[in-house]
Amino acid sequence: MNIIVCIKQVPDTTQVRIDPVTNTLIREGVQSIINPFDMYAIEEGVRLKEKYGGKTTVITMGPPQAEAALREAISMGCDEGCLISDRAFAGSDTLASGYTLAMAIRKIKDYDIILCGKQASDGDTAQVGPGIATQLDIPQVTYVKKIEDVKDNQATVERMTEEGFEIVKTSLPCLFTVVKEINEPRIPSLKGRMKAKKAEIISWKAIDLDLEEDKLGLKGSPTWVSKIFTPPPRPKGQIMEGDPEETTTQLVEALKNRLI
Amino acid sequence: MSIQIIKDKCTGCSLCIKVCPFGALTIANKKAIINFDKCTLCGACVDSCKFDAIDLKRDSSKTANIEEYKGIWVFAEQKKGAIQSVVYELLGKARELSTKLGSEVSCVLLGHDVKDKAQELIWRGADNVYVVDTPELEHYLDEPYTKAIVNLIRKYRPEIFLCGATFIGRSLISRVAVKIHTGLTADCTGLDIDEKEKFLMQTRPAFGGNIMATILSKNHRPQMATVRHKVFKESAIDKTRKGKIIEEVIPKTLLTSRTKILDIVEEITSTVNIAEADIIVSGGRGLKGPENFAMLEELAKVLGGAVGSSRAAVDAGWMPYSHQVGQTGKTVCPKLYIACGISGQIQHLVGMQSSKMILAINQDPHAPIFTVANYGIVGDVFQVVPLLTKKFKAALNR
Repeated sequence: MNIIVCIKQVPDTTQVRIDPVTNTLIREGVQSIINPFDMYAIEEGVRLKEKYGGKTTVITMGPPQAEAALREAISMGCDEGCLISDRAFAGSDTLASGYTLAMAIRKIKDYDIILCGKQASDGDTAQVGPGIATQLDIPQVTYVKKIEDVKDNQATVERMTEEGFEIVKTSLPCLFTVVKEINEPRIPSLKGRMKAKKAEIISWKAIDLDLEEDKLGLKGSPTWVSKIFTPPPRPKGQIMEGDPEETTTQLVEALKNRLI
Repeated sequence: MSIQIIKDKCTGCSLCIKVCPFGALTIANKKAIINFDKCTLCGACVDSCKFDAIDLKRDSSKTANIEEYKGIWVFAEQKKGAIQSVVYELLGKARELSTKLGSEVSCVLLGHDVKDKAQELIWRGADNVYVVDTPELEHYLDEPYTKAIVNLIRKYRPEIFLCGATFIGRSLISRVAVKIHTGLTADCTGLDIDEKEKFLMQTRPAFGGNIMATILSKNHRPQMATVRHKVFKESAIDKTRKGKIIEEVIPKTLLTSRTKILDIVEEITSTVNIAEADIIVSGGRGLKGPENFAMLEELAKVLGGAVGSSRAAVDAGWMPYSHQVGQTGKTVCPKLYIACGISGQIQHLVGMQSSKMILAINQDPHAPIFTVANYGIVGDVFQVVPLLTKKFKAALNR
């Protein structure tokens, strides 16, 4: 079975801070990490390969330094890494990103399962996974929390819903976006790290893929950012200390009229 | 833009005729023929052709005939026939936008035995309700739902399309936007109309809520956006409102699905799901064990809210994942969020800091949760929470 895992390198949003004087994002010293949700996709890709045999390829679209993310995925057990990087992709929104990744996956050609994290932590859109599936004209199951069984070109999975979950059967190839509940990502072994260090990364530019130029990058992106601003800071709260009998009475007094 | 039939590839199977919303295709001598007076270059036939026999050259930098796109559409998500509350919230906002645009508001309602729900959508602000009522659409499935909506968008050309950022909405609308080749902005917290050019101004948080971005889709229609639960105010019911209910029939060939639901399991432990709750009482590591969540459930019950959890409590196995608030769980924005024994790691804050009011209860006066709280009580949760339950019960007469 051939598995493709799509990952994204993102700034560690938990480190992003606002400069209290200028009210702008402080980007210095912010580390790049693999999108936290993609770690579960990588782990699931490796587990599927270990269970059913085959090959797991990890791909990413991004600047040249995104290669580090691919090596980290290889250290966790992926077989091959593929970097899609070109100035022509700069400014891609979710539509152009989905298109570019789908064209790279077409070039890889043999795949049964595509795995993505449910969303990226920097943009939080959850649009690129379904976008890739649509561009490839394959089915998708989003918010997958368990892959129960894969056989005879079909898979049975559990899909999270607001109320619980659904058990869904799909034909393959299919794209799954996965949630945290699906597994616990492993810590790379020393052997894995060595392998990742030496691994040869496949590198594709725009010219290597059969792309339509006006669907790429800024030109291929219908959405434009017209303005960026920092949200107004929250007003300073009222913090109460002391005897719980008193603080709770004060609080209930303050809130009760708003709750009726 | 141009379209043509590649005669060598066309088998005269007539699949394209069934899906054309404009009756622009016919078959003559076992080949498809396009009537260019009727064809709008919508592309429905291209998707339906199994032989790649229709060649559509699209200018992807702009939607063709962009000025013909009119009106605001809202996806009327239903589950087991019940319209989801986010739909009424979107209708409230859509009415506001429609005044600025001078256009109509329409809903698209898909399902089985759901026709009778259309009237309620009109009372809540819809001028038109397009209904597709058929057994294939009883439960949400990505492919038939996508194709039905794409078919209706191509036929009626709305200028704006709004959808709840629910599990269903996010899966569905991402597919629709790609098929239509238009822009989509996720999780908008603000929607407005640009006064001069009449664009939809879509404002959303990025980088975990640290910055806000206003996004436009200038050259593509419909301008599509999703909005989370509880961001906008529900529209009121007005039983004197009048509107049109339009029943649509989607060709059966478009309603097939490669995925199938085998079973639906409902496992939410408390009755209210956190994404839709007005009030959330959340617990973290400070609760010390699963048995102590009962105390939060009591407070939630008195307030009419739901119980949430930090990642620490989920990882410890005290609460199911479906209750987790935060970066790897759900992002929520209730009217009141009560954080009990949650220190407020940034991963938790990004999932709840847009709540309208935040109350934090924690023993440590320096816990980061107090930096986002409107009200804070420094104290022992095991003392404070039962006292709050008792006093709210008395104050609210519950």
